[in-house]
Amino acid sequence: MQISSRELDKATIFDVSGDIDLANSPAVRKALLREVREKRTPRVVMNLSKVRYIDSSGVASLVEGLKASRDVGSRFILFGLSTSAREVLQLSRLLKIFEVYDNEEQALAG
Amino acid sequence: MELQSDPTFLCVVRGAIERLTELFGFTPEECRAVTLAVDEALTNIIRHAYNSRPDKPIELYFRSVRRAADEPPGAGLEILIYDHGPAIEHNKLCGRSLDDVKPGGLGLHFIQQIMDIVEYQRTNATNCLRLVKFVRTVKQEHKS
Repeated sequence: MQISSRELDKATIFDVSGDIDLANSPAVRKALLREVREKRTPRVVMNLSKVRYIDSSGVASLVEGLKASRDVGSRFILFGLSTSAREVLQLSRLLKIFEVYDNEEQALAG
Repeated sequence: MELQSDPTFLCVVRGAIERLTELFGFTPEECRAVTLAVDEALTNIIRHAYNSRPDKPIELYFRSVRRAADEPPGAGLEILIYDHGPAIEHNKLCGRSLDDVKPGGLGLHFIQQIMDIVEYQRTNATNCLRLVKFVRTVKQEHKS
């Protein structure tokens, strides 16, 4: 898995690629919580278009990011869900709790 | 297949399961789902049975099974997963309510949603999780 970040205006975009599983979901969680809690970025955006696989620990990391953002009053946004990511979020019945957009342009405009 | 309880090996197992499910004739969506279910089972063993120790043994066995006596072989995939951790409490095999939005506890829900049969047995200090998934097209033909 690879995770990198970009800053655009008042948003930070995380580009994640590869597999988010037990081995590397802690890295995703750490990056998200740092961005939300320590840097207090108003809008944290996750690009999941290149996520090949995500398991329950990856979903849990996203839920933690969402909860942390709600605690500090910021926004936590997902966009470009890969087929795998969408299927797993649907299976978890958690897709509806996230703010989800098709692409980056919509995610930043929303 | 035998592996150590190291999370870095999970991607290798997923690769094998993906190919195996393709051979069994599952749809791409089912292949991804069964792969997820097995991965979640292994994750639970690593985290809970072995308390995240990376050097403990896990064994997986795969075989073709029939849904019923009058069905042809190859109708389903049976996966047996063995570990030597402590016994699992039965109340922890039920999964949690998804109405409560919180991280964690989703793995068992995934397994139960995806697989047709989920059975747990403990024999001689060994845990065995039996997972079975039937090929949907065969099942549908059988019903019609």
